[in-house]
Amino acid sequence: MSIALLIEQLLNGLQLGVMLFLMAAGLTLIFGVMGLINLAHGSLYMIGAFACAIVATATGSFWIGLAASLAAAAAAGAIMEITVIRRLYERDHLDQVLATFALILIFSEGTRWLFGSFPLYLDIPPALQGAVPLPGGGQYQLYRLAIIGVGVAVAVGLYLLIARTRLGMRIRAGESDREMIAALGVDISTLYTVVFALGAALAGLAGALVGALQSVQVGMGEPVLILAFVVIVIGGIGSIKGALFGAVLVGVVDTMGRFLLPQALTLMLAPSQAALVGGALASMLIYIVMALILAFRPSGLFSAQS
Amino acid sequence: MKNALATGLLGLSLMAAGPAAAEPVKIGVITTLSGGGAGLGIDMRDAFTLAIEQSGNKDIELVIEDDARKPELAVQIAQKMIQSDKVDLMTGIIWSNLAMAVVPNAVAQDVIYLSPNAGPSALAGPNCHPNYFNVAYQNDNFHEAMGQYANQDYKKTFILAPNYPAGKDSLTGFKRFYKGEIAGEVYTKVGQTDYAAEIAQIRASGADSVFFFLPGGMGIAFLKQYAQSGVDIPIMGPAFSFSQDILPAVGDAALGIRNSATWAKDLDNEANHKFVEAFQAKYGRLPSVYAAQSWDTANLILSALSKASVKDKEAFRAALKEADFESVRGKFSFNTNNHPIQDIYIREVVKEGDVLTNRIVAKAFTDHKDAYAQQCNM
Amino acid sequence: MRRAVTREAATNTTLALLLLAAPLAASAMGEPFYVTLATRIAVLALAAVGLNIALGLGGLVSFGHAAFFGLGGYAAGILATHAFNAEPLFLGIAGTTSMPAIWLVAMVVCGLVALPIGAVSLRTSGVYFIMITLAFAQMIYYFAISWPAYGGEDGLSIYLRNSFPWVNTAAPLPFFLVCYGLLLLGLLVFRALRDSRFGAALQAARQNEVRLAAVGIAPFDIRLTAFVISAMMTGVAGALFADLNHFVSPSMLSWHMSGELIVLIILGGKGRLFGPVAGAMLYVLLEHVLGGITERWQFFLGLILLGVVLFARGGLIGLVAGRQSHG
Repeated sequence: MSIALLIEQLLNGLQLGVMLFLMAAGLTLIFGVMGLINLAHGSLYMIGAFACAIVATATGSFWIGLAASLAAAAAAGAIMEITVIRRLYERDHLDQVLATFALILIFSEGTRWLFGSFPLYLDIPPALQGAVPLPGGGQYQLYRLAIIGVGVAVAVGLYLLIARTRLGMRIRAGESDREMIAALGVDISTLYTVVFALGAALAGLAGALVGALQSVQVGMGEPVLILAFVVIVIGGIGSIKGALFGAVLVGVVDTMGRFLLPQALTLMLAPSQAALVGGALASMLIYIVMALILAFRPSGLFSAQS
Repeated sequence: MKNALATGLLGLSLMAAGPAAAEPVKIGVITTLSGGGAGLGIDMRDAFTLAIEQSGNKDIELVIEDDARKPELAVQIAQKMIQSDKVDLMTGIIWSNLAMAVVPNAVAQDVIYLSPNAGPSALAGPNCHPNYFNVAYQNDNFHEAMGQYANQDYKKTFILAPNYPAGKDSLTGFKRFYKGEIAGEVYTKVGQTDYAAEIAQIRASGADSVFFFLPGGMGIAFLKQYAQSGVDIPIMGPAFSFSQDILPAVGDAALGIRNSATWAKDLDNEANHKFVEAFQAKYGRLPSVYAAQSWDTANLILSALSKASVKDKEAFRAALKEADFESVRGKFSFNTNNHPIQDIYIREVVKEGDVLTNRIVAKAFTDHKDAYAQQCNM
Repeated sequence: MRRAVTREAATNTTLALLLLAAPLAASAMGEPFYVTLATRIAVLALAAVGLNIALGLGGLVSFGHAAFFGLGGYAAGILATHAFNAEPLFLGIAGTTSMPAIWLVAMVVCGLVALPIGAVSLRTSGVYFIMITLAFAQMIYYFAISWPAYGGEDGLSIYLRNSFPWVNTAAPLPFFLVCYGLLLLGLLVFRALRDSRFGAALQAARQNEVRLAAVGIAPFDIRLTAFVISAMMTGVAGALFADLNHFVSPSMLSWHMSGELIVLIILGGKGRLFGPVAGAMLYVLLEHVLGGITERWQFFLGLILLGVVLFARGGLIGLVAGRQSHG
């Protein structure tokens, strides 16, 4: 195994982590401010990917598609918040789980109804095709580097937004004391809608960026949703910093596990067996890591509450 | 209905109880019409209903239901079709795991099942059944063909499949005929959508070719990422990632890739010309390999119905086994385990105008049989 | 308040009789499929009654009970396969096709698995608990998919339904009666637990942990016990489900299944004795009726579920029998 390959795999893990961060940031923000578990977050990811694919195909420009994905996901998020989610803030987590589980069914079948059953086409923009050289003689795909860049930009942007702006101040106030913020005369329902739409837009952005790498199809949000939940639980629910850390941890552990476990097992087993067993272990690995972390830190690594 | 005469007294008494000829034939179609894999099921259903419609046979009643790709739901629907609708025949299932859930139980209740797609090895070997007919392929077949063909050009192949039974069957099938060296063998997570780590391994492996089996969205993701990565080792695989339902989503990344299948739309026979034309005229899109297999399934049923009554199971099974129909695949006959004996081709993805599709470039096997037939005692 | 209690009792009796009468009538009219459908309701209801011990009484929202449902199913599938092929399981222990033995194994296995899962998960609470139970279930799910010995994703067929003394389980009606009997037994266990001192402590732990600790009862032990009992009951239901379908596969372990079990409880009414029964009846009938009408059935199912959460708090039982009188 060469150093170049190792660096490439670390970057792959980082890129997967950054993508998960875009999903997890919205989830954790919504939970931190409104105390809501949103299982339908994966549907917003799907909406972003579909919007990008359709608009990019129609206009021939990935960038217009990307803008459309942000707009569509934010709009879908706002509508969802105003019509359904708003009624769930006072409910317990159980009702939230069921209501947003129902929303998944509605969004998935609704999308299929509107756009058909066949996967859609979306490719990376010409400007980002190609690869850049890595130290050690390897190379890395430009588009994936760009995703890492977007993730870092979003992380910095969110930090500035929350630490430096009025909206951020209200969000922080909303996290610590909900009655207080209403007493201060802030229009809490507008704030909630804005936060929800922001989280939705981030999910839509993730969907569009990833849609160019994967297949744009109904149900694409569900595997990512579960991973994003693993991320925010590891990081500590409500903590953006935790989400970033958790996302990179999950991304790197998952990628390196898939890469290294089967190789490590060849020391003990025949190659074919090692590939099988290693593959099986790798697919369970992040859940094992999560269980271990929660066993020792029951409210995640960077809990916002404590 | 002339065979009804040959069934003797029993047949006559049945005829006396009610005119058997007027009784409609009920066919239960369980397929995936909602959720992620719905495209395949819709192609299956569309081709099947079109074939029945074109036959002009008014005595056939179809009961079509959606399994949402859930095995438990498929089992429930199968029970309803058998117990409540009292169907004579069943067909439609796309996925191996759903077939394994439904088929053994259905055929044990004396319902004839015809598989338009999945062909798990268990049903071809020790658990074969006189009521089970596979009109598609045994799961290993496409992979075997690719392994056979790879011998021409390649010496060192990297192989890749999801970590589930069909994935293991796939790599086993490939290795059964491939004589070169295996540069690496990787089982990926089921439903995985990011293959950067695997592609990096492929690049580092020193392989001269890559064989992959990743059906559905997994294959779309892999092909796009592989093309984007700039790795130029040639890839090949079974037709599932290159069928007509998926090609538009893969885009130019698929161009030029060789893949194995029993059918392509340019296969030169009269039945196929008629099928492709009719399907395109009716639905405005090109048919996939699933549509082709489903069309054959319908025509096989129609051919058997013209020879025997479906109420006479023994005679009907014999009529099915003759496979006396015009297959869009050209030659088609059944082996001892009711699985196909057929030619398997190598296709190449090409562009016709703006449309990506496949054309046949070689024949990997002539009259190919599956490897499990000996284990079947029927 | 007393009136609310009697109204709930009347609703419960009606539901119990309805679930018994419908398949008897269907069987008499030669419609065995409706017996099968009723069996499915009874089995899913039993699984949800199990979950209801943790979720309804203990307030422990387990999003991973599919793990126990599936393990129970695999207990039935694996034992039956070994008996069918006459291969010993391990250490010379033979498989079996006797239902009571299978149920026992399912309970022991689920209890043994639930113990460590519960011990780790119960260190957390709230959303963390929901997610860590989900994570454990996912672990088992991926293990089942990739472990080749028992079919992996293709699952495992049970060629002949397992046997129960003096009952012809192959026929739909007798098998339904076995499942129905177990459901009633499960409901009795639930009621006995709810009304016991243990149940009182469990419900107190849900409402006020500090007060409970003050009287010298450790909430952790109470909850862990409830979680394990809950898992065992869901495991038995899983074994029945495998027998009903003649089949077990990893999809019984999937997070969709965990979600469906929660849906059944909320549809019917959380913490209510007959909530899971009412929920299972409604859910299975909806799935069956909508699925027959349109291939877009999941869309409408989603709308109906959403309507129930938003506008029918307390679920079906709550709607018919009024709000809960206590707890």
